Amino acid sequence: MLKLDSTFRWLCFGAAAFAGLLLLGFFLQLALSSSAAWREFGLGFLVSTEWDPVSNVYGALPSVVGTLLTTAIALVLALPLAFSAALYLVDAKPWIGAVLGHAIDLLAAIPSVIYGMWGLFVLAPLMQTRIQPFLAETLRLNKIPFFGDDYNGFGILTAGLILAVMILPYICAIMRDVFRMTPPMLRESAFGVGCTKWETAKDIVLRYGLRGILGGVFIGLGRALGETMAVLFVIGNLMEMPDSLFSGATTIASTLANNFAEADGLQRSALFALGLILLFMSFGIQVLAQSYLHATSAGRGEK
Amino acid sequence: MPNKIETRNLNFYYGPHQALFDNNLSVEKNTIMAVIGPSGCGKSTHLRIYNRIFELYRGQRVTGEVLIDGRNILDDSVDVLDLRRKVGMIFQKPTPFPMSVFDNVAYPLKLHFKLSKSETADRVEAALRGASIWDEVKNKLRSSGLALSGGQQQRLCIARAIAAEPEILLMDEPTSAIDPVATLKIEELMVELKRNFTIVIVTHNMQQAARISDNTAFFYKGTIIETGRTEEMFTHPHNPKTEEYITGRFG
Amino acid sequence: MRPRTLFFRTQKDRAIRAFSALAVLLAVGVMLWILYTVVRFGAPAIRFGFLIHASKPFGIADGGIANAILGTLLITAGAALLAVPPAICAGIYLAEFPDHPRISAALRFSANVMMGMPSVLVGLFVYMIMVMPSGNFSGFAASVSLAIIMFPVVMRTTEDMLGMVPYALRESALALGMTRMRTTLCIVCRSAKNGLLTGILLALSRVSGETAPLLFTAMFSDSWPTGYFSEPTANLPVLITEYATNSPFESMQRAGWGAALVVTALVLCINLGARIFFREKKNAQ
Repeated sequence: MLKLDSTFRWLCFGAAAFAGLLLLGFFLQLALSSSAAWREFGLGFLVSTEWDPVSNVYGALPSVVGTLLTTAIALVLALPLAFSAALYLVDAKPWIGAVLGHAIDLLAAIPSVIYGMWGLFVLAPLMQTRIQPFLAETLRLNKIPFFGDDYNGFGILTAGLILAVMILPYICAIMRDVFRMTPPMLRESAFGVGCTKWETAKDIVLRYGLRGILGGVFIGLGRALGETMAVLFVIGNLMEMPDSLFSGATTIASTLANNFAEADGLQRSALFALGLILLFMSFGIQVLAQSYLHATSAGRGEK
Repeated sequence: MPNKIETRNLNFYYGPHQALFDNNLSVEKNTIMAVIGPSGCGKSTHLRIYNRIFELYRGQRVTGEVLIDGRNILDDSVDVLDLRRKVGMIFQKPTPFPMSVFDNVAYPLKLHFKLSKSETADRVEAALRGASIWDEVKNKLRSSGLALSGGQQQRLCIARAIAAEPEILLMDEPTSAIDPVATLKIEELMVELKRNFTIVIVTHNMQQAARISDNTAFFYKGTIIETGRTEEMFTHPHNPKTEEYITGRFG
Repeated sequence: MRPRTLFFRTQKDRAIRAFSALAVLLAVGVMLWILYTVVRFGAPAIRFGFLIHASKPFGIADGGIANAILGTLLITAGAALLAVPPAICAGIYLAEFPDHPRISAALRFSANVMMGMPSVLVGLFVYMIMVMPSGNFSGFAASVSLAIIMFPVVMRTTEDMLGMVPYALRESALALGMTRMRTTLCIVCRSAKNGLLTGILLALSRVSGETAPLLFTAMFSDSWPTGYFSEPTANLPVLITEYATNSPFESMQRAGWGAALVVTALVLCINLGARIFFREKKNAQ
């Protein structure tokens, strides 16, 4: 009997160890497959802006910049929305909060390829005919850097918008949890000294749950970094450095999806190198997210 | 002496459930009123009406009047933010805000007043002195309020409550989570505070009520059974229920 | 002391709370907008023949998507079969055998990182370890890639759900002389059954619409998914991608939208089903 028990234990351990091995496997495999590119271009690969299959020269910067820009836009748009939506949901009548909360959660369930189609057929045309002209001409943003007169509905801004919608439910869900975990007495004492609801939220609840909220932000960030299909359809897939938020660009994930099938030799290796960069970025983000989320749950455990 | 607080026919409901029945209570200015009674008798509920903190929750509703300086604070025209500045509250557990000792006290000041840096610093010091905690924290004003001991945290909360110059302090079992030595300190502090403030304290500790209060109100099942001078009530209670409770036969 | 005007603070509070309500409306509005778009463009394509016929080669009208539906079901079911048993064992290890906290912490951390792994990298990985060596795309490789995505999700939910089972239950089972294995499988897992099932369903709903890894593993085909282990296998997400973006033909775009409607309905049904199921069981307990 005991023998069976220890077999069972080892079986479970083996299964759990698989998670660690898998993660190692990803690093190893991407490092191996990209070694040719690193040998050829060295660390200069990271800052080179050229991507030219004809002369077989590759650089990561356009994809990296595209990834960072779209992610940043997504975060800037999603963060205040998620924060205030969470505020409303926690404070609303229970059944209204539950229904609307589930509705927002559904945003996370919609497959990314559907976001991509919606972006391609609905959002991009709308951007071209309404939003971008409004931003560029009516608000006169075409006069300042980072915007321009040159737009066609596709590009960084559109991709960032879609990503914002996609990561909003993740951030919002974690913020709702954080708000709910605030001790009621702490909230009451904030109101007790004469705070408004908003002052309580921003000065007390936000500070109290800051680590948890940061954890949520990093989870959202990780989603946005690696998202492929939704971006692929609307980013324009231009292997160039973007010169404005309206211009077409590419992200690491969409470069991979777009070029991998036709690539071989050095180009394929360069694509794997891009994959390795993405893996490191996503790993770093997850490390931050976990350390923040871990700290909050541990902190709560004591109280 | 004029009455600082006067409640008239106060009824309170948690949804369909009535928790307070026709409470009438007068609190004189610059005195300590102790509210005692078995748990669940409505004493905290009663206290939470005075600064309208109950309004945070859905389905809680009150009828009747609470007059502070003759004005009914339950009236819609009363600004609740200003009311809560005038009526400070201390809770069962210390609730320092997640910020430094200094900011804990400065926060309500900045909320309600336009002050220069030096004015703020002066008032923070005055409040910390007023809560007899200045000497213990003057060297760690920048460290987190959460790093203090339980008793210190509670006095920090008192300093926070008195910083914005309230007139009334509500204390909801302020020493229930504090060790006996620190409790004694806070009790001494309360007696001192009554020179400048009117204090209403909910307590389950009979000795505490006897030690510090001028008047006592005995609550039972949402009704005020008896009120009177504290010595009087603890030595010659009129109502048999009060006597039973005070002598420890229930609750 | 000069008091600050309350009017300004109150108005600011009101404005921000109005903005909060607006943020919720916006989020829910976009959700409904996306669903409406899918239904509006997808519904005209849905006919009986569309759902029971296989797709046809590029440019030929009147194909169906039945092969892709079947392929998606096969790939997803395969992924569940591959991922769920080991993931539950792994979750059991984290929840029930905490005797090496450091190892457990490292594995939990790995699982968390794997949960955030970009799916496109999973596709690359499986391409390199399966498609390249064998020389052909296959539905099975697609199942493996989806299983890799599911595994950490189910593993962590299992751990969380088992963690909620009261410790006294374990102790009383062990006190009856049951082995550790029987205690875990018959008592602990059984009492956490609903939570586990919900976790699995949510993981399934997440992977069944997953596209990026399938581009590198299942690819696409117009035939019925008979060569699940050795040939490119039809599936809905890649069909959507191909039809909707790479096709100049209006009829194919319409079919793409029809497929999008089917995928969305499938995913949302599993997702909602899991939530409703979990809530009802929770209420019943």
